[in-house]
Amino acid sequence: MNSQSQFYLHTRIPSTFYLWWSHFKKNKLALVALVVFVLFALTAIFANIIAPHDPTAQFTEFVHLPPSWYDAGQTQFVFGTDYIGRDLFSRLVHGARLSLSLALVVVLLSSSIGIFLGVITSFSNFWLDALIMRIMDFILAIPSLILAVVIVAVIGPGLPNAIYAVALVLIPHFVLTTRTAIRQEKNKEYVTAMILDGASLPRLFFTTILPNILPPIVIQLTFAFSTAILEIATLGFLGLGAQPPFPEWGTILSESYNNFMFASWTVTIPGLAIFFTLLSINLVGDGLRDAMEIEKK
Amino acid sequence: MFYSISKQGINFLASFFVLTLFTFALANFFPEKLAFLYANQIDQSLMANHGTNYDLVEPNLFNSYLFYLQQLFDGNLGISSVRGTSVFSEFFTYFPATLELSIVALLFAIFLGVPLGILAARHKNQWQDKSVVSSTLIGYSMPIFWWAMLLVLFFSLWLGVSPVASRIGFEYDISPVTGFMLVDTLLSDQPYSLEAFKSALHHIVLPSVVLGTVPLAIITRSTRSSMISILNEDYIISAKARGLSPVTVLWKHALRNAALPLLTIIGLQVSTLITGSLITESIFAWPGAGKWLLEAVYRRDFPVIHGAILAIASFVILTHFILDLLMTYLDPKLRRKK
Repeated sequence: MNSQSQFYLHTRIPSTFYLWWSHFKKNKLALVALVVFVLFALTAIFANIIAPHDPTAQFTEFVHLPPSWYDAGQTQFVFGTDYIGRDLFSRLVHGARLSLSLALVVVLLSSSIGIFLGVITSFSNFWLDALIMRIMDFILAIPSLILAVVIVAVIGPGLPNAIYAVALVLIPHFVLTTRTAIRQEKNKEYVTAMILDGASLPRLFFTTILPNILPPIVIQLTFAFSTAILEIATLGFLGLGAQPPFPEWGTILSESYNNFMFASWTVTIPGLAIFFTLLSINLVGDGLRDAMEIEKK
Repeated sequence: MFYSISKQGINFLASFFVLTLFTFALANFFPEKLAFLYANQIDQSLMANHGTNYDLVEPNLFNSYLFYLQQLFDGNLGISSVRGTSVFSEFFTYFPATLELSIVALLFAIFLGVPLGILAARHKNQWQDKSVVSSTLIGYSMPIFWWAMLLVLFFSLWLGVSPVASRIGFEYDISPVTGFMLVDTLLSDQPYSLEAFKSALHHIVLPSVVLGTVPLAIITRSTRSSMISILNEDYIISAKARGLSPVTVLWKHALRNAALPLLTIIGLQVSTLITGSLITESIFAWPGAGKWLLEAVYRRDFPVIHGAILAIASFVILTHFILDLLMTYLDPKLRRKK
């Protein structure tokens, strides 16, 4: 005990983020998931340092080489090679960069549009609200992948179009989350006080309401991130997203699909990469939700 | 009750109206525009009316939309630009296969998911609960195309116990009556109808497990959470205090009250199932609507793409509407609300 604390009755008031973190870190599973996710993110960032080979380089003398833990495997190709002799490990590492960055773009795109529309609907008059909500209900009513497939079919297959399609599909979730959250907060006294103080709409939203509706939006962001990764991979698998030889995870799986009877590692290992990424994000999302719920009580 | 029914009816019509606007706009993006709807109209009488002028596409957008709606209500979705057959009748040959697969998958998810959820709720925070919750997380994070390939790898290639493609063994000749293979084989008067039924059953197991995995995870989780909140209610405690057996309390008092929110969750799985059927059908060569749509996308068969999204989305909107009505009927709180 130092002398200061005897003079000043000072208790440190922890910030909300600190409180969330202190609840979050008690959940060991979520903590492990966070570490796994950070590892994936680091892999994505330093892909060209980590990957031993070029993702599209073909080693024609090593076609369908099994992973290094098999007798026939070589340590030069840790996860083996695919049907035209490309190093699977390098492709997966570059695929991590591709998948995570694309998902990030999708989430940024859909969340900024979705939150903007959500704010508009909750502060606007009846008709504009009804119009936007009808359109969002409609987008939600069509099964997401069907909508994405049709959009890609009309504007043509390829990575940018797949991104637009997945982003569009995710927008309604952000609109609904933001709208519900703002509706709950809007009539509380602190908001009325700010309105009476003459706060402008942007100020009212960013400094008054936003900090209080952050939990549902953060949870929605993690959900959207894992959905985006899955949908981009699915579109890639169906041949409508990234086109070969792009090392996108779904595309790698669809290329290996024809050979998986005798080269099963070209299917199991890329799938594990997608699976663990999704699992870690979902676990972190669950942990965050629990932490924020405890804090709310 | 009348108020809520009419409100739901208006909602349904509004959704359908937005859907037709969307597909109309979509059709105008196609290279052949709306011309595919006119394709089977160029018969002798029209030729006589228009002479040599084939420019039938209405320049006025509003009239064009009215014509489009009129064609939809006549059941004219144009003809496939690859096969030359009517899209409307094609949908009804392919869709029952999807419906059959989805129903079996949903039954699998419900009959496994609800008991698992109850088990987890009863043993909250014990090992049963923890293993159920972690398996649902795994099921939820599984990319189903990869899951399908793993199951095929294990059950078909290593163990050799399951077929990998189509709805029935090729040696059986079953004429479609209902479009549901499991029903058709039993209705068929062929001498081998029972073997054919077994074969159809054998073929549907793996695809329906793949398709049912995500709904299974969602249903288990929501059963668990709603059962946990209900088991803490006062009426459960009082039922226990009156000395009713744990089974009666669980099935009669708790599950009945958990059933309604569960029904909503199950209704929401229609979308998940349709999305999943797109992938499952393409992996298992299942001749359903999802595969039909995907093939059309690969071949750029725009009339089929247009017809498929319209029909599938109408189906989803219609099921949501029917479920809403069912909820109004079943839920006394909603029923009494004016």
